Amino acid sequence: MKRIISILIENKPGALARVVGLFHQRGYNIETLNVGPVFDGSFSRMTVTTRGSENDVEQITKQINKIIDVIKVSDLTEGDHHEYEFIMIKFKHSEKIQKILKSLNGKIHEKNNDAMVMSAWGSSSDIEEAIKSMGKVNLLEVARSGSIGLHEGEKVLKI
Amino acid sequence: MKLSGGDLLMRALKDEGVKFIFGYPGGAALHIYDSIFKQKAFEHILVRHEQGATHAADGYSRATGKPGVALVTSGPGATNAITGLATAFMDSIPLVVISGQVQSHLIGTDSFQETDMIGISRPIVKHSFIVQNTQDIPRIVQEAFHIATTGRPGPVVIDIPKDKTDPSQLFEYKRAKEISLRSYQPRVFPHPGQIKKASKKILSAERPVIYAGGGVILGNAHKELIALNKLLKAPVTNTLMGLGAYPAKDKYFMGMLGMHGTYQANMAMHNADVIIAIGARFDDRITNTPSMFAPNAKIVHIDVDPASISKIINADIPIVGQVKESLIALIKEIKRSKIKIDSEALDQWNMQISQWREKHGLDHDLYLSKIKSSMIAPQVVVQELYHATQGNAFVTSDVGQHQMFVAQYYHFNKPRRWINSGGLGTMGFGLPAAMGVKLAFPKQEVVCVTGEGSIQMCIQELSTCLQYNLPIKIININNEALGMVRQWQDMNYGGRHSASTYSDSLPDFVKLAQSYGHVGMKVTKQSQLKKTLEKAFAMKDRLVFIDVYVDPNEHVYPMLVAPNGSMQDMWIKKNTKA
Repeated sequence: MKRIISILIENKPGALARVVGLFHQRGYNIETLNVGPVFDGSFSRMTVTTRGSENDVEQITKQINKIIDVIKVSDLTEGDHHEYEFIMIKFKHSEKIQKILKSLNGKIHEKNNDAMVMSAWGSSSDIEEAIKSMGKVNLLEVARSGSIGLHEGEKVLKI
Repeated sequence: MKLSGGDLLMRALKDEGVKFIFGYPGGAALHIYDSIFKQKAFEHILVRHEQGATHAADGYSRATGKPGVALVTSGPGATNAITGLATAFMDSIPLVVISGQVQSHLIGTDSFQETDMIGISRPIVKHSFIVQNTQDIPRIVQEAFHIATTGRPGPVVIDIPKDKTDPSQLFEYKRAKEISLRSYQPRVFPHPGQIKKASKKILSAERPVIYAGGGVILGNAHKELIALNKLLKAPVTNTLMGLGAYPAKDKYFMGMLGMHGTYQANMAMHNADVIIAIGARFDDRITNTPSMFAPNAKIVHIDVDPASISKIINADIPIVGQVKESLIALIKEIKRSKIKIDSEALDQWNMQISQWREKHGLDHDLYLSKIKSSMIAPQVVVQELYHATQGNAFVTSDVGQHQMFVAQYYHFNKPRRWINSGGLGTMGFGLPAAMGVKLAFPKQEVVCVTGEGSIQMCIQELSTCLQYNLPIKIININNEALGMVRQWQDMNYGGRHSASTYSDSLPDFVKLAQSYGHVGMKVTKQSQLKKTLEKAFAMKDRLVFIDVYVDPNEHVYPMLVAPNGSMQDMWIKKNTKA
């Protein structure tokens, strides 16, 4: 089952590598990874999506928690949550692709004789579905942000 | 007064109470070494290989409970320290390993003796630091010792680029009164609700077993463990790492459990209705096939590391906290509880364990019956050693059959006396670890039980022992083969001894010891064994290397049947299952 794990971590050199390395060491895969500084910039928030059973994820979150630089870990998929992913796509002129992206809050960033650059955002599963339905013919390049997410309601990840 | 980076480091180590540093100099560490030359707070022990430095610091830590410190240079110095770091990491030993690094502006340029120590050591350290500003050195040292010694202990690396110890750059020394890290607050006290649940479960057990591991020793909780069992009167087993946590002479002690555990300990685990796991981590060398583990047992698991709980075996009642604080709370709760132990059931259970012990238990008097045998049994060497030292020695070991024989036949009554690499299983650990122990306890008997395979992995440290006059006693259980490898080849590979023998190319260990300035003794007959040991132990000021030729065909038993076996499935002697 797909899991979204949010991690609040010290924004220090090497901290990201400790988390990424741990997934590999413990035999788990990272599907997507997003990271950026938050609050006063001394923290980073990471969002990792992975696949595993309840037990796997419990073990992953416990092991991540042991990393000294990690402040908090939370499995968003444990409860109700918001989750989105952002993509940018370069493609040869195609009405079909344009239409698909428009339905996902699409925005045109560049348009010239040969190609177009558009961005879009939506839930990861919508994004996944959209990319599949675009076909390969006119698609030139795809960049994905990876999932980011927040708990629903009052639950927050902060110190 | 302002200090250089090297002198800041010295001052910080002094303020941590460091008495010994085990190290080896080299280019990137030379500023630090010059600072060492000028200070008097601690002694630097020059090893002969950086692996020896980390193991010696590790042995020092295991014996004293204090953090061990090693210092190496960049590049090969750092990589040579990796095995020692991994050894300490697997057994949760608090170490601080300081590595020199190339100058900051050379990092990433493939410069001479450059290696990414932080990257290489990342999976085998509790934490690591690279010094980016010289003035941070005191804080980093303080944080490193704090992290290494609290919570679940472990090794910490401090990587210091050479320019950060430049003698011409001077800074103020500042030491914080207290360390507080917003991202690191290990749990000390257990949850009272969990303690209540555990007490209830334990007191209503009919067939309880206490399964205590290295965490009891690391957490200095052996007295609390004894106090707990004064109330419970339950059978107790210790893991390889936990030997000494509960006195071996106590009537409730069943010996070690697991792969080469005693018959009664493994049978008790398999048939228990409540297992009280204390500072133990259900290692694969304990559980055998996890799905077949203790089918009728409820598990109470006390550990400081929440990630150890329900990792392999699901815990019914998890308790996260320091072992000592958790046991104090549990004892208090048990005393307060109105539930009476079912002493009739417990008597029956203890009787059952006695029967198992009589049926297939270890023969601790083998040395009496084998007195006239032509070949020396390795078990007898350990038994004679036990009697020669009255069971009071610090015993280090390497890895393999000899290690298991010590674990089985040397009765450890006190914690921190048995010093071996349990998790990583590092050959070469025993001699350097013994050096660390001997420096900490110069007046105590320190014995390294090893094999002719393991000893050759760090034999260069015999030179260190001469330089610092460390009169360790080395018992080389010599079966002219990699005994444990050969045992597996005998049992699982049709006796094909692939790359496990070298009898025609072994050194003359007596002459080897002598060439390092020590005393060498050789024993080939059972009748010489006791006398030789007595003679060796009488030489208080000399390192004595006792090369004991033993029966090369001896195997370690019991042995769990694997794969697809449970803890009650054991080989109890050659070709015989229990």
